[in-house]
Amino acid sequence: MTIIGTLIARDVRRGYAGGGAGLVSGFFLLAVILFPFAIGPDRAMLARIGAGAIWVAALLAALLPVERLVAPDCESGWFDQVAVRGLSLPLVMGVRIMGHWLAFAPPLMLAALLAAGLFGLDGAALVRVEAGLLLGTPGLAALAVATGALTAGLRGAGGVAGLLLLPLALPLLIFGAGGGDMGAMKLLAACSLLLVAGSPWLAAAAVRSVRD
Amino acid sequence: MILQLSQVACTRGGRLLFAGLSLALGPGGAALVTGPNGIGKSSLLRLAAGLIAPFEGHVARSGRVALMAEDLALDLDRRLIDALSFWAKLDGGDQASARVATALAEVGLAALAEVPVRLLSTGQRRRATLARVLAADAPLWLLDEPGNGLDAAGVAMLEQAIARHRAGGGAVLLATHQTLALPGAEPVLLAERVPA
Repeated sequence: MTIIGTLIARDVRRGYAGGGAGLVSGFFLLAVILFPFAIGPDRAMLARIGAGAIWVAALLAALLPVERLVAPDCESGWFDQVAVRGLSLPLVMGVRIMGHWLAFAPPLMLAALLAAGLFGLDGAALVRVEAGLLLGTPGLAALAVATGALTAGLRGAGGVAGLLLLPLALPLLIFGAGGGDMGAMKLLAACSLLLVAGSPWLAAAAVRSVRD
Repeated sequence: MILQLSQVACTRGGRLLFAGLSLALGPGGAALVTGPNGIGKSSLLRLAAGLIAPFEGHVARSGRVALMAEDLALDLDRRLIDALSFWAKLDGGDQASARVATALAEVGLAALAEVPVRLLSTGQRRRATLARVLAADAPLWLLDEPGNGLDAAGVAMLEQAIARHRAGGGAVLLATHQTLALPGAEPVLLAERVPA
């Protein structure tokens, strides 16, 4: 238990250190602000596309931290030291997903409050968006860690990470931005759960192949 | 036995580095791996650590392992004592911070405990990785070129630390191309194990 606590504390600290979390929410807000500029000040239109725009921006913001989630630890021999201590790599990656979610989702959901105001979303729509983000962000965090691990051995992986993460995140986008009825929410939660359950194994296998 | 390799062969990138290597280290034992660059010294240590699987043969360890590789594996932006405490906590047991403080004093970095890791010099970083090995409190030490970047005083400190570890019932597998005083260490000549 102390081991998991120690690992989570390090991951969360690294997430917030150096303005990492601020960067993600700042980028998210900037991406959201682009929509009114591009579409024009039509209030009804903005309120209708608000939820979708927030989800697109969240997806793009999820890409930002991918490169520093796993690659630095591969390069510094951190995973060797973890392996020597007999810790299970999937467990370490699962913990990393949790740590990344803790550093990624709360600032994003706070920034989404501002974004909702920008689009003039009413209370009910805001609740739907925030509930959707709460259910969907664990899946996004899992995808980010898995993508970070898969691209850890590549140089200049930023572009490749986008090509990998965005298509896989499509189900989250579809069900997250999709109207917010109970059926979509359940499917969103199911997608998120699937990603959270599968990503630790995928990420662990990727890290192992980089280390060899 | 703390570490036992029996008839081990190692391949890297499809190339056979060495084969038929057997080695046993008991309490107080030490083995010194020597050989020219690229012969597989680091690979042998990673094999002993369980980081790579042997191509052939069998590796057995009892108890925990402390590995000093060429990588630093410390968070650069953290204070030295915090970066080391992270690993000491993963090593388990209580008094992680006490173990780290003792280890830092032993490697002569006690005065730099509050300094961020990124400000440390090459030699100080080597000492810091040795401190992690000391704080791990593991019976088996795997040291890969531990003397690299150390000054004369540092090498003497390293030799003393190894001697104390062995006197306390630990075992050391050490790869180096430097001359280090390891009394009674079993030589492992990898050059003789390279297949024709």
